[in-house]
Amino acid sequence: MKKLFNWSALALASAIAMGAASANAQQVLHRGLGAEPETLDVQLSTGVSEAYIATDMFEGLVTYGPKAETVPGVAERWSISADGTVYTFYLRANAKWSNGDPVTAHDFVYSFQRLANPATAAEYAWITDPILNNEEIRTGAEKDISKLGVKAIDDRTLQITLKASTPYFLASLQHHASWPVHKATVEKYGNQWTKPENSVSNGAYMIVEWIPQSRIVLKKNPHFHAANTVKIDTVYYYPIESQAEEFKRYQAGELHVTYDIPSDQMDFIKKNLASEARISEYFGTYYYGINMDKAPLGQQAKLRHALSLAIDRNIITEKVTKQGQVPAYGWVPPGVPGYQQQQLDYAKMTQAEREAMAKKLYAEAGYGPQKVLKVEILFNTSEQHKLIAVAIQAMWKKVLGVETTITNQEWKVYLDSRDQGTYQVARAGWIGDYLDAENFLSMFASNAGKANNVRYKNPKFDELLKKAAVTQDAKQRNLLLQQAEKIFLDDLPLIPIFFYVTKAMVKPNVQGWQDNVQGFHLTRYLSLK
Amino acid sequence: MKTEPVSLPPSSSKIVVKSRGLWGNAWRRLRRNYASLFSLILLAIIVLLCLLAPYLSSYEFDDVDYDNFSSPPSFENGHYFGTERNGRDLFVRTLYGGRVSLSVGLVATLVSLVIGVLWGAIAGFVGGRLDNLMMRFVDILYAMPFMFFIIMLTVAFGRDILLIYVAIGAITWLDMARIVRGQAISLRRKEFVEAAVAGGVSTFNIIRRHVIPNLLGPVAIYCTLTIPSVILVESFVSFLGLGVQEPNTSWGLLISEGVQTMDSSWWALVFPSLFLMATLFCFNFIGDGLRDALDPKDR
Amino acid sequence: MFYFTLKRLFWAVPTLLLIITIAFFLMRIAPGGPFSKERPVAPEILANINKVYHLDESLPEQYVRYLGNILQGDLGPSYKYKDFTVNELIGLGFPVSAQIGGIAILLALLIGVSLGILAALRQNTPTDYTVMTVAMFGITIPTFVTAPFMTLVFGVLLKWLPIGWDDDNWTSLIMPIIALSLPQIAIIARLMRGSMIEVLRSNYVRTARAKGLSERLAILRHSLKPAMVPVLSYIGPAVAGIITGSIIIEQTFNIPGIGRHFVQGALNRDYPMVMGVTILYGALIVFFNLVVDIIYGFLDPKVRYD
Repeated sequence: MKKLFNWSALALASAIAMGAASANAQQVLHRGLGAEPETLDVQLSTGVSEAYIATDMFEGLVTYGPKAETVPGVAERWSISADGTVYTFYLRANAKWSNGDPVTAHDFVYSFQRLANPATAAEYAWITDPILNNEEIRTGAEKDISKLGVKAIDDRTLQITLKASTPYFLASLQHHASWPVHKATVEKYGNQWTKPENSVSNGAYMIVEWIPQSRIVLKKNPHFHAANTVKIDTVYYYPIESQAEEFKRYQAGELHVTYDIPSDQMDFIKKNLASEARISEYFGTYYYGINMDKAPLGQQAKLRHALSLAIDRNIITEKVTKQGQVPAYGWVPPGVPGYQQQQLDYAKMTQAEREAMAKKLYAEAGYGPQKVLKVEILFNTSEQHKLIAVAIQAMWKKVLGVETTITNQEWKVYLDSRDQGTYQVARAGWIGDYLDAENFLSMFASNAGKANNVRYKNPKFDELLKKAAVTQDAKQRNLLLQQAEKIFLDDLPLIPIFFYVTKAMVKPNVQGWQDNVQGFHLTRYLSLK
Repeated sequence: MKTEPVSLPPSSSKIVVKSRGLWGNAWRRLRRNYASLFSLILLAIIVLLCLLAPYLSSYEFDDVDYDNFSSPPSFENGHYFGTERNGRDLFVRTLYGGRVSLSVGLVATLVSLVIGVLWGAIAGFVGGRLDNLMMRFVDILYAMPFMFFIIMLTVAFGRDILLIYVAIGAITWLDMARIVRGQAISLRRKEFVEAAVAGGVSTFNIIRRHVIPNLLGPVAIYCTLTIPSVILVESFVSFLGLGVQEPNTSWGLLISEGVQTMDSSWWALVFPSLFLMATLFCFNFIGDGLRDALDPKDR
Repeated sequence: MFYFTLKRLFWAVPTLLLIITIAFFLMRIAPGGPFSKERPVAPEILANINKVYHLDESLPEQYVRYLGNILQGDLGPSYKYKDFTVNELIGLGFPVSAQIGGIAILLALLIGVSLGILAALRQNTPTDYTVMTVAMFGITIPTFVTAPFMTLVFGVLLKWLPIGWDDDNWTSLIMPIIALSLPQIAIIARLMRGSMIEVLRSNYVRTARAKGLSERLAILRHSLKPAMVPVLSYIGPAVAGIITGSIIIEQTFNIPGIGRHFVQGALNRDYPMVMGVTILYGALIVFFNLVVDIIYGFLDPKVRYD
């Protein structure tokens, strides 16, 4: 079976080599992938490593540019109706699947319907909720999936009707959940369609080998519409969970690009490999969520602010994480176009002033040496979370005299504790699915269900979000969202610690790597010198 | 201590006297074994250090020294072993870790010793259907995924150090039982055991008087293998994040943290490792000495 | 002998059934499900997923369904790696683990037994102390230290050996095999030394010596076989453990074995995956214990199969 893969890969490679007679030496790129992908089915996959493979193998109506900006993908252009509810996409004539079939509007209709179909059981089925009837279909209220607001006018024209104008709709199409799959292949092979011997894809690459927990090998797709601009012929992805081991393989020359950088190595890297460490802002926030249903923290904003003030975020980012993370005094990370970042009022103070204020608030809340606050920090098992929790524990003890216990639980138990609300303070992080403040704020609406993991309820906040959701003017909408975030920060149901950064080691001979806030670096834009 | 249980049948009384003499002899011989004696003293020092940890340094084991994150060993600032990544004193943490590791090792080994020896001796000596049943039970426990067992326990009863003792003990006795059974099977056919059986001594008494004393050699060796492996199992569990809770620590946890920084701060790996290895070496030499001293055939 | 084997094989059935039952129900007690995520899945989507995997049925129903599937050789789909069935993942991973583990255990037996005999024959000499000290290093240093240390020294600093597993390059197997066998060598050497010394002092070997048998012959003819008994007791279950892979070795060297499925499957609540590897592991244990018991008979003629 395995040998068979190799033979077919070989045959394929020679076919490509013969096809491109003038091609010089084959360019082979080796990349780290973090975790083993849970699935390569674009409609079903959710994680970051899955997204790396999906964005290399597939292409949606829109896709990521070299800086992860929204650029035309299969759709070469589109028009939006005056009320912002009807999008018409015009597909490229030369968009093809890796088996040579043309990519048509019908493929998209099939894929959007497949995503919404309850039988598919896609976790990200909600991401296309702005589309007419998507929510009704995925929840089973509407049984007829053809009622979905996605229609093929002809082979090359696709019309998508929204429930209401949604300013971030195009950005949300960057998520691969709505990207096309090859209907005939999916129907023929069922859940086996992603296997190298069956898979058909429409992106710059196609899969030729998959050894779970070891490597995924992609080869250039000769039928890709921009194949002439793709320079890397073969890309090897290695799922390596341990950052330390990944870094060693990078040092040993086995990888060109890593998935992450171990924080322990930062001092060494700054000294010796500074130019190869590519670190840039990421669209995510690391925070300590507070269970708002639990007294006393849930009821006393002063206590929450006191705890927040007592955390010296600079020590955490400079001495603990060390990778250039940015101290966070707001919830929505920087980088949303047109959105004015909100900050806690004490963002500009010195740490000494903050600590003085922390003590004052702590005393005002009725706590002090006689009445010591007891806090339990919950985090999921991980070296970095532990380091941060230990540091924060020490800070709270030093500044306020708070007695903190720290508890780590393995991931699923931790999620369960958060779900059940049996925690007091829990570390968490959120990385945006698309570049919009809404993706960060709406999860804390009181009707957001379990996504609202801190159990935050504020009618004013809900009101502003509701208003923003139906506001078409982008500027006005962002203003409303900003007001919502301001209220959110005043209430402080979570303590923002820092904004994430994307981190990767990139060998000097890799060209075309452009830092970006979403952390996407599609292989089709890279090359080897 | 020369009193004799009156009710014992004469055929076994001789052996009782022998086995008492066995322990007396053993201690005399152990004292003559310098490697064992030295190990015993070194182990005592390590235990004492761990017990006295709070009085030996000006730092608390959970104090963060903000000026010294991952700083090398230094006598000037009082961090004799340096500090770890969170700026905590490694000297104190190593000694505190020793408390946990040593007690896990001892308690779990004791648990495994008692259950394992009894189980294996009974199964091996009695044989037949009972042996089959008992060993099937061991096989079943063996075939349970160990990690899963620990996760279940920590999940069901919360993170508790006592739980780790019991869980690890409950797993390591399986090996003990197999080894003891293997020995017991061959012992069962030995002449003096057959003689005791012929003499009408009850099974339990034969196991207690003949089988177990003759097993002491292999068991002592296996114990010296079990203590290290228990301490290592604890460290593996900690390595997976299921062991001791911060800010508490153990040698295994310190080492697994030290490994991650071994090329930038060697001290975080070296000092806890030295303590762990010294302790395990000590147990090993003591075990070897014990085995030689207890050997019933070498008298 | 034949009857003995048959009886043991018969016993394997209830053994495995019990293992399956305990594992099945124990697993469901653990908090958190296979599909709990950072951003909780909407209840209606979760309902869809549960329906697809029959998790909406009652536990006894699921249990009966699972047993039925096992009888047909179907271990079910992996909840975590959705593109694969458990049969596929085990089929892909087990040969890799078995290859590396098998070589490691053979190496460990060869070196461990030789070292143990050497130390026993030269008891209380510098050779003995050296061998046992080296063996103790093998035991005292955990694999999660040796494996990363080896990759640092031989992979990064000296650049002698590749770090990552590569099926087209056998040199990538050297480090994992050595790292896997080191503690086994040490344990076997110590066990062997101990039992060898016992046997050497036993009456029949003394008699043989007194009769004028040369030292080497005395060892080969009389001591080696009985001295192997404790080693065998240890090696039976150890083989099953080693050929089913080690999570540390597999993560360090990026080996696509099944060792990590034990831990990861449990952590991810990938029920069918855990069940699959548990059944495999259980079956191997039963098998190797049977093999060990049969070998006992060859080593020690006094052992009777009753």
